[in-house]
Amino acid sequence: MGPVRRRRRGGGAWDGDPAPGGAPGREPLIALAGNPNAGKTSLFNALTGSVQQVSNYPGVTVECKEGVLRAGGRPYTVVDLPGTYSLTAYSQEEVVARDFLLNHPPGVIVNVVDATNLERNLYFTVQLLETRTPVVIALNMADLAEKRGIRVDHTALSKMLGVPVIPTVGSRGTGVEALAEACAGVIEGTHPVTPTLVRYGHVVDEEVDALAEKLAGLLPPGPHRTAPWFAVKLLERDGPVSAEVFRLAAARAAELEAAVAAAAARVERHFDDDAATIVAERRYGVAAGAARQCVHITPLSRRDTTEKIDAVVCNRVAGPVILVGVVAALFFWVFKLSDEWAWIPWAGGWASPTGVVEGCFEALSGLLDGLRPDYPMLHSLLDAALVKGVGGVLGFVPLIFFMFLFIAALEDSGYIARVAFILDRLLRAFGLQGKSIIALIVSGGLGAGGCAVPGVMATRTLREEKDRIITMLVAPFMNCGAKMPVYAVLIAAFFPDRRTPLMLLLWGLSWVVALCAAWVLRRTVLRGEQTPFVMELPPYHMPVPRGVLLHTAERTWLYIRKAGTVILAINILLWAVMYFPRPPANADGTAPSPSEAVAHSFAGRAGRALEPVTAAAGFDWRVNIALIGGFAAKEVVIGAMATVYAMEEEAPDMDASLSARLREAPGWNPLRAFAMMLFVMLYAPCVTTIAVIRRETGTWKWPLFATVYATTIAFVLAAAVFQGGRLLGFG
Amino acid sequence: MAVTLKTLPGLLDGERGRIVRIGRTGSRSVRQRLLDMGITRGAEVQVVRRAPMGDPIEVVVKNYHLALREKEAALIEVEPVVS
Repeated sequence: MGPVRRRRRGGGAWDGDPAPGGAPGREPLIALAGNPNAGKTSLFNALTGSVQQVSNYPGVTVECKEGVLRAGGRPYTVVDLPGTYSLTAYSQEEVVARDFLLNHPPGVIVNVVDATNLERNLYFTVQLLETRTPVVIALNMADLAEKRGIRVDHTALSKMLGVPVIPTVGSRGTGVEALAEACAGVIEGTHPVTPTLVRYGHVVDEEVDALAEKLAGLLPPGPHRTAPWFAVKLLERDGPVSAEVFRLAAARAAELEAAVAAAAARVERHFDDDAATIVAERRYGVAAGAARQCVHITPLSRRDTTEKIDAVVCNRVAGPVILVGVVAALFFWVFKLSDEWAWIPWAGGWASPTGVVEGCFEALSGLLDGLRPDYPMLHSLLDAALVKGVGGVLGFVPLIFFMFLFIAALEDSGYIARVAFILDRLLRAFGLQGKSIIALIVSGGLGAGGCAVPGVMATRTLREEKDRIITMLVAPFMNCGAKMPVYAVLIAAFFPDRRTPLMLLLWGLSWVVALCAAWVLRRTVLRGEQTPFVMELPPYHMPVPRGVLLHTAERTWLYIRKAGTVILAINILLWAVMYFPRPPANADGTAPSPSEAVAHSFAGRAGRALEPVTAAAGFDWRVNIALIGGFAAKEVVIGAMATVYAMEEEAPDMDASLSARLREAPGWNPLRAFAMMLFVMLYAPCVTTIAVIRRETGTWKWPLFATVYATTIAFVLAAAVFQGGRLLGFG
Repeated sequence: MAVTLKTLPGLLDGERGRIVRIGRTGSRSVRQRLLDMGITRGAEVQVVRRAPMGDPIEVVVKNYHLALREKEAALIEVEPVVS
């Protein structure tokens, strides 16, 4: 690799973030690349076993998974690249795959090819061959192809393309050993490959050769990406590659640019179509030719299982009904399995997974009680920040786990693509697109709880950056599980007889605000043409349990790790501002009450300082403290209110008694409670969500924007409701 | 004999057409994307169905299923194929 390119890629955090146990002389690299839905990930899992790690790329939002393969006594690093249809990158994920292949050329590329869909898959293969990087083809899903009456002659294919072709069934691990051997053979040089080069036909070939000749002297030498490759890319007017070439050949860039323009013009005149189209057609020509010669089709019934399912699932009437049913079933089971149903043996009886986690933290809290008399400060820190704070967040782990499990299974089955297909038109009206719905639902779009953290992560399936960011910015408006305790307390206190209509109202409002916000964002901050929606509808298949579990475990672990790091840190900070400075002892020598202590703390002072402003929405300093705490996690709001109202000590049934206390407290009324619920629903995403938005967008800009704009919307709406309500005489 | 050209959305569900060309009005990246997805001259497409709200459109091309919005589909000019 040329030193120039290495530097340009930001040194490649990849280099600085080496393989597990990465020594300086790292293992040879095998990259898995191929079309989406070609079964790359299950093949990756079969190749590397369960020892995997997620390696993040600098500045980009998509992760590459990395694992180790041992073949012939040697370790190899295997990287699973995001699926891509072409080396002319289009989506976020594709940019990653392309940059990786071009800037970190691996020892060998394992091109995973879907045997049931050979022609389009080979189109990408042809582009890989063009780069002159050694390629081994994994002809995947051979079993499925045979079921559909498609037989691929892999020997003939290997001969035509000049690279090894190994039939595999990733989900069952068939052919994986042969694949590993072939890769080792190519890397070790015992099986050199000579990929067949594509010819683009007369006129194009001549222009490519001429351009390549001009380029040969201008470019730094490198083991891959030869002058002819650059020449084709220039002719195709590939933006990023052209820019790179013109930079590398800065001295003669103008001359080169003119030559490219002239060559492209000649091609266009000759074929009456642009050069990119001609080149793509030639590649398809090679792919189609190979497919024609190597595929033997026994005509079977055209209506396969997928078509039968889609006839119902995408039906105009049945489709939406089934969609609602699936989502409802998802939520039903997620809550059933994680919280409602006690099915884990625990303390001599049975408990739900959430119950188990909460039980652990309650036990921990009980253990800490011994500290209270002698070390009140340490006790307060450990109990409030660690046990209640982090424990509150970890209590959601079972819920998150099952949510991810079902979503991963749905993703793997191919249904999610249909959801996007069905809803695209509706969401487009608001500046979102079909795939946004998954993120919104995971964030709590059904009004039954959820979490914006997995919701924001779910935006990865979106292809376009602007669509992704808009979805991330509106997903936190959904009613996540953490907002439920706030609603529960306030509704019990002020709307005891109107629980259901109020919850429905809050649910409806969350959608109205989210869709309107998306509409506005699309026309202001993230203005721009809506990105085209061109999406494959892959065949359905049974989710592979191993893959689904690995995927789920990985995502859940990210959530847990966040709770132990960011959430913990914020909780400690929050505890400190609510604890310090301590108030002086009372005149009679007794300790001040908890309520006085809080009022005296930094948080109490801040709450008072904000009071003149927040009074517009009906919030006094006590509410302000709780809401400031809620910036960390909305779970904190109720706990903080309980503390401020000095309820924590006397009443074990905290929620109910807080409700009772609020009902009696001066200044509280249904209007104020409603304004507060509205504010809690909409204001700044919690710290975990902020951290995830930061990670997913790679910049602090969007998480900061999300905080400010959401809080502004929340405050304006809450104040409008409060003031309007008072004018109408509700206060 | 003059052949009537249609754009892809002009085909009814179940109808087939042979791609004649991709309109030049589309942006480069959209045209490239369509090419990458197998929308090439001479390829046969069949409209399978429309989504419940009439858009996007699901088609079969090169033996796989592709969903695309009417706006992009309108760039694709086809010659109806009578089977």
